[in-house]
Amino acid sequence: MKVSQTKVDRRKFLTGVAVAGATAATVTTAKSAPTTADGGRLPAALPPSAHQIAIETGSVTDSSEKSRGRPGSDYMLDVIKSLKFDYVYSNPASSFRGLHESLINYGNNSAPEFITCMHEESATAMCHGHFKATGKPQMMLCHGTVGLMHATMAIYNAWCDRVPIMVIGGNDADAAKRPPGVPTYHSAQDIGVLVRDYTKWDDTPVSHQHFGQSFVRAYKAMMTPPYGPVLISLDAGIQDSPIDDPKLFIPKYTAPSSSQADVGALREAAKLLVNAEHPVIVVDRMARDQQGVDNLVTLAELIQVPVVDQGGRMNMPNAHYLNQSQGGQQLIRNADVILGLECSDFWNTVNQWIDNGENHGHGLQENRIKPTAKLMTISGVDLLTKSNFQDFQRYQPVDIAMAGDSQTSLPALIEAVKAAIPAKKKDAFEKRGEAMKDAWKKDRERLRQQAAVAWDASPISTARLSAETYAAIKDQDWSLVQGGNIRVWAARMFNNDKHYRFLGGSGGSGLGYGLPASVGAANGNKGLGRFSVSFQGDGDMMYAPGALWTAAHHEIPLLTIMHNNRGYHQEVMHVQRLSNRRNRVANLGKNVAPIGTGIENPNIDYAALAKSMGVWSMGPITDPKELGPALKKAVEVVKSGQPALLDTVTQPR
Amino acid sequence: MQSLLHRLGWAALAATLVSGSAFAGDAAKGKVAFVKNGCYQCHGFVGQGGAGAKLAPKPLPLEAMVSFVRSTNRQMPPYSEQILSNNDLDDIHAYLESIPVGPDPKSIPLLNP
Repeated sequence: MKVSQTKVDRRKFLTGVAVAGATAATVTTAKSAPTTADGGRLPAALPPSAHQIAIETGSVTDSSEKSRGRPGSDYMLDVIKSLKFDYVYSNPASSFRGLHESLINYGNNSAPEFITCMHEESATAMCHGHFKATGKPQMMLCHGTVGLMHATMAIYNAWCDRVPIMVIGGNDADAAKRPPGVPTYHSAQDIGVLVRDYTKWDDTPVSHQHFGQSFVRAYKAMMTPPYGPVLISLDAGIQDSPIDDPKLFIPKYTAPSSSQADVGALREAAKLLVNAEHPVIVVDRMARDQQGVDNLVTLAELIQVPVVDQGGRMNMPNAHYLNQSQGGQQLIRNADVILGLECSDFWNTVNQWIDNGENHGHGLQENRIKPTAKLMTISGVDLLTKSNFQDFQRYQPVDIAMAGDSQTSLPALIEAVKAAIPAKKKDAFEKRGEAMKDAWKKDRERLRQQAAVAWDASPISTARLSAETYAAIKDQDWSLVQGGNIRVWAARMFNNDKHYRFLGGSGGSGLGYGLPASVGAANGNKGLGRFSVSFQGDGDMMYAPGALWTAAHHEIPLLTIMHNNRGYHQEVMHVQRLSNRRNRVANLGKNVAPIGTGIENPNIDYAALAKSMGVWSMGPITDPKELGPALKKAVEVVKSGQPALLDTVTQPR
Repeated sequence: MQSLLHRLGWAALAATLVSGSAFAGDAAKGKVAFVKNGCYQCHGFVGQGGAGAKLAPKPLPLEAMVSFVRSTNRQMPPYSEQILSNNDLDDIHAYLESIPVGPDPKSIPLLNP
């Protein structure tokens, strides 16, 4: 029997309903309100019949629906593929089932490949880590309501860290057609409102072509520095409706150039830098890739200016004598010119806050620089500031504020500095360089002395953990995908000579970032042949342990080393501070740390946790002498292409 | 005597004898007080430093340490006598003095790559 190929034009169909409804309404209002025999009012509507219920719950079979044309989600996937996404990090959800089906069947689960995640926050953090390792944005697919609510913290982290993520939230907007019950709980008028304060752009396409246009626009928005996450609301109806527009096309994407700071301002900045006696460059989220690192080195060497790397990215090689991050505070105090490059908190760079209860408990705010010091900034964040969330930090007046992307601006600044260098200053530069070499050597010696103090201590010292780890991985093409609080040692002990050696932190300091971001970064590094290692805080781990399963399932090689200090240590110290301020001894309960901040009694067996999800593991390791052999085994597991976890019980910091 | 030595700890006794201080504290008690009062949080369980300064081996003289703890450099929260007595600080100082000097960094291959 020939099946009728009824073409259902969803929009015309909806229009028809609307017209019919309006007509009915007109008819109803033309009559007097219906009444019962005794004069009482009849209900406005009768309970639905079984047939009506069947229609509304979608259980009526319509053979024409099955045989209609190619689904809209196939076109959506073509759009996605045109932008060369490698992965879709996702936890499955009915509101995007159309696209899900297209991804794995029409798209053969390749470019993008579906990575099964156990939480939307984890899926988002994986995209975050993946981008920072590779420079390639990834896609996170979730329920537009419950899934997006789960994802919000991770989206905020990405916003604060200036990282692009394509967030797609499924939503069934048509209340007359969507299934009742759970799918309706999971629908909303405007899912974008959940994240609009910390995304660069969002849209709710209502047609296939609208999707194509908005998806490419969203990609362009997130990939224009300063980067940031974007959201597309993905209507279930247009995923499922057939492609019926013969003119449907995929809009062309043209990568945007990024904004360079004004040349005139850069020249003024260059003059101040070359004529300064004690200039300092402070750098945070500046280098997007190796070019940014190389240009910073060039600039620093030109005038032998020390660089203080705040670690938002790997900006300045630590083996370079002009990396003076350890003595940074003193250099800043003594500086006559300070240039900040993509500093996330420039106020706190040139000021300090003393949190000991003075000033009616508000703390003291003190300048830490000379009154005559000239301040200059180049920041892409000046191009994009929103109101609600306070990631822009305190306002810091400066002498030259250059709105623009720092990495993009560096070549012009280098040329301006070259042009501004007076011949008479070259000796002074050389002398300053010699002083920096001496300071750098002294810092290395201090590092060795300090690391030796608790070398054999148990719990294991963070210095020893760092040194043992570096010895185990240094012959690999390693990438420290997450440093946690071990970072202070790794920043000095590891040879950070390339941009991907360190990927920075979470951005918004929201816990639950470390493990999934490391898994995402390791997945990106996997394709580049790099060895990924992460120092993983215990508190952070327990927000998202399911990411271990994702690593095992997708065979993502990642060496996770627990910084297991059995506490939320940041909070340990906050409670201690407030207890002191109020002249009360902190109540420890049954913990070592104040009540509410310890993660002990019982102690969590992270090795067993990892093993339960198919991840090779060892621990808990408390004797530092066992570290080396355990690391050797773990490195071999990771080299074989699998994840591994070592549970090391450590000193607090 | 043996139990006394056990209680005090050999190192603390040695430190007391060497210094001859009339205020020499109890290193074992000091170790407990060091943890109970949260000193370990920033300075590490053996005073090696971390978020806070290195305290051991060779801590500041007792008087200087007490003075610092009461007023601090303002990064560290000050401890009043009401919550950390001078006797406790004596004990903590004794504990810090009892911590042996670590290995010579030159003897640790990992610190001399």
